[in-house]
Amino acid sequence: MTRVFVTGLGAVSPAGWGVDALHAALAAGASLPCVPLPHPGRTTPLRTRPVPPVGLPAELARHPRLRRTSPLAQYVVAAGLEAWRAAAGPSPAAAAAVGLIVCLTAGCVNYTRRFYEEILQDPAHASPLLFPETVFHAPASHLAAVLGCTGESCTLVGDEGMFLQGLALASDWLVRGVATAVLVIGADELDWLVGGAMNLFVPGAVHAAGAGAVCLQGDLAHPAAPAVELERVTAARSYTPRQSPAVAARAMRRELPVGTAAEWLVLSTPPPRRFDAAERTAWGDWPGPRLTPQRVLGTAFNAGTAWQVVAACDALQRGLAPAATVSVVGTHQQAIGARFVAAGAGEGGAAH
Amino acid sequence: MLFPPPAEPPAPRRVVVTGAGLVTAHGVGWRANAEAFRAGRRSFRPVTLFDVSRQRARLAGEVDLPARLPPGRLSARHEQRLDRAARLLLLAALEARAQAGWEAGEPLPVVLGTSAGGMALGEEYFRQAVQRPAARRRQPTRVIHYQAQQQGLDLLAALDLEGSVTIVSNACASGANALGRAWDLVRRGRADRVLAGGYDALAQTLFAGFDALQALSPAGCRPFDLHRDGLTLGEGAAVLCLESLDAARRRGAEILGEILGYGAATDVHHLTQPHPEGAAALAAMQLACARAGLAPEQVDYLNAHGTGTPLNDAAEAQAIHAWAGAAAARLPVSSTKAGIGHLLGAAGAVEALVCLMALREQWLPPQPAPETPDPLCRFPLVTQPAGARLRVALSNSFGFGGANACLVLGRCP
Repeated sequence: MTRVFVTGLGAVSPAGWGVDALHAALAAGASLPCVPLPHPGRTTPLRTRPVPPVGLPAELARHPRLRRTSPLAQYVVAAGLEAWRAAAGPSPAAAAAVGLIVCLTAGCVNYTRRFYEEILQDPAHASPLLFPETVFHAPASHLAAVLGCTGESCTLVGDEGMFLQGLALASDWLVRGVATAVLVIGADELDWLVGGAMNLFVPGAVHAAGAGAVCLQGDLAHPAAPAVELERVTAARSYTPRQSPAVAARAMRRELPVGTAAEWLVLSTPPPRRFDAAERTAWGDWPGPRLTPQRVLGTAFNAGTAWQVVAACDALQRGLAPAATVSVVGTHQQAIGARFVAAGAGEGGAAH
Repeated sequence: MLFPPPAEPPAPRRVVVTGAGLVTAHGVGWRANAEAFRAGRRSFRPVTLFDVSRQRARLAGEVDLPARLPPGRLSARHEQRLDRAARLLLLAALEARAQAGWEAGEPLPVVLGTSAGGMALGEEYFRQAVQRPAARRRQPTRVIHYQAQQQGLDLLAALDLEGSVTIVSNACASGANALGRAWDLVRRGRADRVLAGGYDALAQTLFAGFDALQALSPAGCRPFDLHRDGLTLGEGAAVLCLESLDAARRRGAEILGEILGYGAATDVHHLTQPHPEGAAALAAMQLACARAGLAPEQVDYLNAHGTGTPLNDAAEAQAIHAWAGAAAARLPVSSTKAGIGHLLGAAGAVEALVCLMALREQWLPPQPAPETPDPLCRFPLVTQPAGARLRVALSNSFGFGGANACLVLGRCP
C-alpha cells in the first residue's frame, strides 16, 4: 500500500468553527478584522484575530475530559472530530485503530503562563488543575479519549513545517499498517506572551489561533468522489549554517512540479515583504493561482499550515483545481512542501 | 522526499547502536554512568537551580554541567546562548558522534524527544516581559532558544550535520518514542543513519507542577515500595547513533547493542493517571515483543518506568504480570529512576541506554531494596549489584496523557 487519500477535513479559525467558514473567508479574500489584545506594560495592544467564541458543542463540552481544557485542546478536538466525521469510519471499532498526530509550536501557552504566574506568587499554592494541561501532549490525549483511540498517538513540536512532517509520519503509519486511518491536526492558541514574542521579530504581525485537521487513509477500494490524494511530501530541509531559508526554500521547490495554469499554490508567509522573500523568490515562476490563507486569517504557526492544507484539499474536493501544492517556509526551522491531487486528475506533474 | 517512501528492503534491516552519549546526575559520559548504575548509586541532592523553599519536595537529580562544551563547531558566542537543556543535549550528542565516528556534513535525520525544551528560558522571558516590559534585551534570543526545535538545530550546527529535525513531545515517553521512530526509519530503509535520543532540564515550572500534583516524594523516590510516595525529578540527556547492522559491519564500527523492537499505545483512562491494570502498557510491551519476535521468557531484564508514584508502579506491575505470566517470577526488574530521578522526556532514551550498558557489560542495574515490598510486584526486584548473563532487555516508558512506549534491546550481535 503506497497511496494515501485525504478523507476528511476540519478547521477552527478566526473565520469560525468549521471548514465551510474557512472556505467562505478565503473565497472572500479580505483580511478579517483585527481585535486588540493588551500586552502588560505596553501602551500599544497586539493585533490579533481570535477564534469566535462559539466553543464546543454542548455534548462535547460536558465530556469529563473537556471541562477544564485549554482553548488549544478545544480547537484540536473540534477540528479533529470534524475531519473524523467527514471521513468514512466513525464507528467505535474504527476509532480504536485510528492514529493521532498533533503538531504544535507554542503549545498550551495559556495554561503554562497562568501556572507560572501562580508559581511566582507562591509555588505552594499553584493549581494542580492547570499543570497537566500545560503538557504538549495534553490536546492529543483529550482527542484520543473522546474518540476512544488506543493506538499510537504522537505530538510533534516545531515551526510551521511540522504539520507537513506530521502528514509524512501519518502516511508512514498507514503504509506500515500501524493505523487504518490517521488524524493529523495542526493547532496553536492566542496569548499575549506569544503575540509579544512574535512582534519582536515581525512588528505589527497579526497573531491568530485555531486548528486544522485532515484524516488520511490508505488505499481505498472505492474512494468517494471527489477523492483527494496526497501525492508527495518533500524532504524537511532544516536551516543550518550551510543552508539558509532561501537555499532551503529553493531546494524544497525543486522537489515539486513546475505547476500548470490551473494548479493552486498555497503559500505560508504573508507580507511584509522582507519576511516572505525566501518563499516568494523560490516560487517566482509559478504559473497558476496563488493563495496565502494567513494573509486573511493571521499567523498561527502549525494551525496556519493546517489551514493551508485544508484550503488546498477543500479546493480539490470542490473541483476548483486539479491539484494544489502547499509550500511552507517556516519561521526558523525548515522549508518543506506537499502536493495534493484530485484522484485521477493530476498525477505525475513534471518535476521542476 | 518524505512521501512516497523509497522501496523498502526485501527484509527489515537489523538496527544497531554504534555511538552513545549520556548525561545524568551520575555524571557525564558512558563510563561515569555505567559505574554508578552498576553500583546502584543514588545521586539526589537539594535543588540549587531555583527556589524550592515553598515546595513539599526539595530533592532532584541535578547535573553538574561542565563550564564549557567539548570542542565542536559552535562559536563561543553561539555556545553562550545555549540554555541548560541544549547543553545537556549537546554533551550527549558530541559523545555519541565521537564514539560512532560519523563524518561531519552528513545528511541524516535527527529525532529527539523532550517534554519541556528550553522551559527555563521561557520562564526568564515571562519574568522580564511582566517585570520590565520595555526592556527587550536578550528577549529575542530567549524566544528562539526556548523552542525545542532550536535545540535540534543547535545539535546540527554543533556536529556540522545536515538533515531534518523532528521533535517528539509525548511527555515522559518522548525519548522512547523518538528512538522507536528512529529505529523504524533505519529498519525500513528510509534512512541509513539516524541520530536520536531525549533530553530535558530541570525547570521551576516542572518542579512546581509535579509538586502541585503531590507527585513528588519529599524523601526521594522508592519504586515498588508499598509505602512509596512519589517520584523525584532529574535531568539529563541520552543520544544514540543508529545504523543498519550491515552498514556498521561494512565500516568496521564497534557495535554497542541492537534495538530489536518497539511498541506504542495510548492510554485513554485519564490525563494524569494510568489505567489501573496498565492496559496500554501491556499493549506496548506485547507489540514491541511481537515486532522483536520474542516471547517474555526470552527477556532477561526489564527496566521499569517505575516512577515511585503509587498509581504508576501498581499499574505497571499489573501489566508486567499480564504480559509475562509465569515468566514474571524469574524476570529481574528494577527502576533506575531510583538513582537519577525521573528525566521526563529524556527518561526513555536514558533508560534504553542503561539497558544497552547492562547488556554490553553483563550486569544488572540495582535499585534500593524496598523497606516493604509491594505485594503486587511478584517479580524479582534487582536490589544488589550483580553480574548477569543478559541477551535481551526491555525498557518501559509511560507518559502523562497516556503515551506508552516500550523498547526491546539486544546484546551486540
